[in-house]
Amino acid sequence: MDTILEVKDLKKYFSTPKGILHAVDGINFTLERGKTLGVVGESGCGKSTLGRVILHLLDNTGGKIYFEGEDITNPTKDQKKKLRQQMQMIFQDPYSSINPRMTVSEIIGEPLKIYEMHKKGVSCDEEVAKLMDTVGLARRLYNAYPHELDGGRRQRIGIARALALNPKFVVCDEPVSALDVSIQAQILNLMQDLQEERKLTYIFITHDMSVVKHISNDIAVMYLGEMVEKCDAKELFHTQLHPYTKALLSAIPRPNIHDKTRRILLRGEISSPIDPEDRCRFCTRCVYAQEKCFQSEPQLEQAQPGHFVACHYWREIEEGKVKAQEV
Amino acid sequence: MGEPILSIQDLSVHFFKDKSVVQAVNHLNLQLGVGETLGLVGETGAGKTTTAMSIMNLIPNPPGKIVGGKIMFDGEDVLKKSKRELRKMRGHDISMIFQDPMTSLNPVLTVGDQIAEVIRLHSQVSRAEASIKAQEMLEMVGISGERYGDYPHQFSGGMKQRVVIAIALACNPRLLIADEPTTALDVTIQAQVLEMIADLKHKLNTAMILITHDLGVVAQVCDKVAIMYAGEIVEYGDLSDIYEHASHPYTQGLFGSIPDLDKDTDRLNPIAGLMPDPTNLPKGCSFSPRCPHCTEACKTQDPELREISPGHTVKCLMFQNQEE
Repeated sequence: MDTILEVKDLKKYFSTPKGILHAVDGINFTLERGKTLGVVGESGCGKSTLGRVILHLLDNTGGKIYFEGEDITNPTKDQKKKLRQQMQMIFQDPYSSINPRMTVSEIIGEPLKIYEMHKKGVSCDEEVAKLMDTVGLARRLYNAYPHELDGGRRQRIGIARALALNPKFVVCDEPVSALDVSIQAQILNLMQDLQEERKLTYIFITHDMSVVKHISNDIAVMYLGEMVEKCDAKELFHTQLHPYTKALLSAIPRPNIHDKTRRILLRGEISSPIDPEDRCRFCTRCVYAQEKCFQSEPQLEQAQPGHFVACHYWREIEEGKVKAQEV
Repeated sequence: MGEPILSIQDLSVHFFKDKSVVQAVNHLNLQLGVGETLGLVGETGAGKTTTAMSIMNLIPNPPGKIVGGKIMFDGEDVLKKSKRELRKMRGHDISMIFQDPMTSLNPVLTVGDQIAEVIRLHSQVSRAEASIKAQEMLEMVGISGERYGDYPHQFSGGMKQRVVIAIALACNPRLLIADEPTTALDVTIQAQVLEMIADLKHKLNTAMILITHDLGVVAQVCDKVAIMYAGEIVEYGDLSDIYEHASHPYTQGLFGSIPDLDKDTDRLNPIAGLMPDPTNLPKGCSFSPRCPHCTEACKTQDPELREISPGHTVKCLMFQNQEE
């Protein structure tokens, strides 16, 4: 097994006037080279924060991050600069993540300039042109400004910029959410091709379950800063163990008119991540909630080989001993 | 279909910019029966929202202008109504739910007052009666009446969208236009809101036009589907026509672009290319530059809508030629 990234008990807290906000609270996982980990969850569950903390765009509050076996939890400024070359990010909104006053070639070439690649005998112009070919941008757009381009093309610029320094690991934060379905499919195919070509490792953050199933090897489901379930992508759509995952998957409207899946409607909305109590964070919305759920917090345990879940009663729910209460 | 409540005939809407003309909607025909739900599906820029705005006669003029066609609602042409008549119609007979619940509520008025405002405008009731009705509306969309005096910022996104729905339904409109009502919401909240819309629609027997780009949402809520592309309806039919016998290459392309949850596919089959520039639509069929079945004739001849089975119409030369 060739592990590229390992995260141990990673935490990120923000202090707010109302208390401490637990955005990411004790996340553990390892990621193999060339694979994709999909991170899903609703808005406010901490998935974007997780991506940013791993890339050191935000400082972590606790825990450890290992990249290619090296501890990178608290890097010095020089180390950070070196790391950025190997770890990159593709942002969600192609309209606000690129500078409107720079041309396409300037945007894509900027990382090459910052890392002074010309001293290593790399011609910046040639490299930019090559990158534009790679992501499918016509060369006539070399001197175009972002406002002349549509969302799909801008997202291609974002991808070209992330790939400019030939990184090993890319965090993709909702890269296709702002795009139309037909363009979304083009970008997803491009990202898959690039992964194969360049042996890239992705963390793919999204709220769209069908996209994540398509592109990921493993999926981690997050709820209020914690990982509640993690397993192989296909397995997850086959067997869900955590009540939240069950509800989440049943809530997706499927483009199939004979779909008779019974929707599990959740009560209420996601609760506050500020100073959470020591109990299961999902208990107030869970249809299976028992007394124990309100008293202690379940830990992530291995239910089946490679299938992790954080629920006190997953076994009982599977066996039908704990029944869903009517909402 | 009995007597249609809404009938759009040959509608064209253009926007005039400096020197160019954006052809947002082109010769659109559409009918909607009482109590029916129509899903209007298409990508950004397909003209879905412009169509909806035309029904309310809300196209900003200038730069926009309805250059041709008729919109018959309940036997009367919406486009010929006076300002006064339009004000009476909007919110009472036809109401609209906008996409973004965060921006469609007034932040300095309590939600209760915003619901009561619509009721007071359209029916002769006292302030007190209106506020009682407003509380009932809040209860109907699943918010406790005690929150009447709360301001929009005290609600979450899903709750705000419920308030917007309560405002839209306050006067029992006969037609509800929902413009991407759940796009800004999380899936679990989306499921709650969709369930509620379907429930209320059934209870009040309101006809609805649901504008969306999500084919999953349409399958769950609608009876009829119209697929829009570059300001035209390219395919129209009921759910099984579209989901099981998709005939227009664009509709097929849309389905190919969505990753299927029930099957394992390695690659998606996206539609090549991009939406055409609405100031410079291609000659002939507007989908021809992206169409995998494009022939020479497609580049010059604009196809007509043809009925390929009862109630299922397609705008594509492939079907027109078969007939001839």
